[in-house]
Amino acid sequence: MLQTAFNALALGSVYALMAVGIGLVFGVLRLVNFAYGQLIMAGAYTLAIGSEHNWPQWASILACFGVVIALSLLMEIGLFRPLRGASPATMLVATFAVAFLLQSIALLKFGPLVKTASIFPGLFDPIGHGQFETVRKITIVAIACAVVALGALTLLLGKTTIGLHMRAASMDFRTARFIGVRANEVVTLAVVLSGILAAAVSVILVVEDPFVEPQFALRDTIIVLVGVVVGGLDRLWTATLGGFAIGVVTSVFTDELSSAHAVYVDSFVFGLVILVLLLRPEGLFAPFGARPVERA
Amino acid sequence: MRLASRLPELLFPALLVGVTALLGSVTAQSNEIHFRTALVDVAIVVGLYVFIGNSGVLSFGQISFVAVGAFLAGELTISTAVKRGIMPDLFPILRDHSVGNVESLLLAAGLGAVFAFLVGLPLMRLSGLAAGIATFAVLGITHNVLFNYTRIGPGATALTNIPETTSLVQGMVGALIAIAAPWLYQLSRFGRMLRATREDPAAAQAVGVSIHRQRLLAFTLSGALCGFAGALFVHQAGTITTEDVYLNLTFLTLAMLVVGGVGSLLGAVVGALLISGLNSFLTTAESGVHVFGLKIDLTDGTHLVVLGVVMALVLVVRPSGLTGGREFRLPRIRWRRQTVEAGT
Repeated sequence: MLQTAFNALALGSVYALMAVGIGLVFGVLRLVNFAYGQLIMAGAYTLAIGSEHNWPQWASILACFGVVIALSLLMEIGLFRPLRGASPATMLVATFAVAFLLQSIALLKFGPLVKTASIFPGLFDPIGHGQFETVRKITIVAIACAVVALGALTLLLGKTTIGLHMRAASMDFRTARFIGVRANEVVTLAVVLSGILAAAVSVILVVEDPFVEPQFALRDTIIVLVGVVVGGLDRLWTATLGGFAIGVVTSVFTDELSSAHAVYVDSFVFGLVILVLLLRPEGLFAPFGARPVERA
Repeated sequence: MRLASRLPELLFPALLVGVTALLGSVTAQSNEIHFRTALVDVAIVVGLYVFIGNSGVLSFGQISFVAVGAFLAGELTISTAVKRGIMPDLFPILRDHSVGNVESLLLAAGLGAVFAFLVGLPLMRLSGLAAGIATFAVLGITHNVLFNYTRIGPGATALTNIPETTSLVQGMVGALIAIAAPWLYQLSRFGRMLRATREDPAAAQAVGVSIHRQRLLAFTLSGALCGFAGALFVHQAGTITTEDVYLNLTFLTLAMLVVGGVGSLLGAVVGALLISGLNSFLTTAESGVHVFGLKIDLTDGTHLVVLGVVMALVLVVRPSGLTGGREFRLPRIRWRRQTVEAGT
């Protein structure tokens, strides 16, 4: 029971971080970044290469953040910027193409076999004895990371000028530009922040599951993408809650379903998703009376 | 009259399909498979187009209909003796009956239509992102059930021993049928009504068009075509796993549609033929080919990388696809040149 609760909270926290990363970019660009999972994968590979060459831990993690942020910026300059204002379908498919591309590069470069990344192996130990034996330290770290990151982000968005600009841009990009918000500045910040979150997520995921392969974090990304829409993608906090909720639900289903039904976890989760979307198409956590997401 | 003036919209894509089949018949035996694959890809992408192109609603779920069509057609054409051996858990109705090639194509189309209708009934109330995610959830459930429920299919193992009846001729005829259906639909009042809801939902409703009903109709037609295309697919490959009709196929076919241009039948056909052709060419190039005396020998796995780059580049250069969402029109003969100063 305790284990189920902690697992659920931990997965929810990681998914919430990913949801924020996806939601930030969607806010300013109205673009659903499907390639977000491949950013995480790239970070994970960096960590794996680090431990292969026996880099010190801090160097691996620094490299991981560097690679992921650089890739995010590259995506923004090479893809998001030229496509700004294109139809949502085009933007989404373009990010598919990039996701596909990054995954194929990983496959080409590192092969289909797993690479092992050992980062903070100590975090895999249980936090205590008795009933705490089944709860791992990383679970607590993941939850703490999410709380700290979300807190810092709330401060940034709420208390700084650039944060204000970003909130204005996600409400109405054109009007925000009219009154002096610099588009490129705001978009770059959003992309960098989402990159930082992706890097943090790759560190956490690698500690939980050190076997890195080209499809690393793909399933998680898909679930989070579903979660943010279910939560409501036109507000950052509803998207985050959506990511958190789908993480909790997936984790609880995985832990609690009897083994005969466990293989159908995805069906249960997706079935629930359809139900929620039919009842609240504007988002589960969106304020009542809100209109569904329409992308201008 | 109107029919005649819009005939080129059908004939030109049909010509492209015909040429593909013709090229396939004169090429080396070992290359024929690429042309058959291209024809099947046309059928699938056109199936997606009927709904996505005309309604403007992005659906990730159409490959579920390809999947059920493919598995039904595959299972029904394997001989009953073999089925009892390899899939003993199958429902008796599936296990103890076998049908011919044409019947299996029709049944697959029927099942696709029924499945799409049942799914669409509630889901077609949604728009935008919610519709995209809900249809994706359908794909997830379909895959999950097909993968695990051994009473309706082979589960996690591959379904093999399927008669490979999709020859070049059957592929061509199949693709032509798949093109003709959306063309007729687009000419009909239903197609026009659905396009109206795409352009301006409020105005369409104001003149009495039911968005739900029109979308459901197109979704069902798309389901039928996708099921049909799935049957062509399975009879082309001779073997299938649930992974073959899941995420990769969804993304690849959607990319074909968007690269060609979501808004037109021509775009669907052009995108499917080009990407499919490029994919085949690059795959062959990995084992070495000669082009114009130049030897190309790529490292294994390069084809996916190049494909990704090409798709991203096309979208950056032409965000509305290669055809820009326009149908094929014959150049109009003008007796008297009139310059119209458009007040844009």
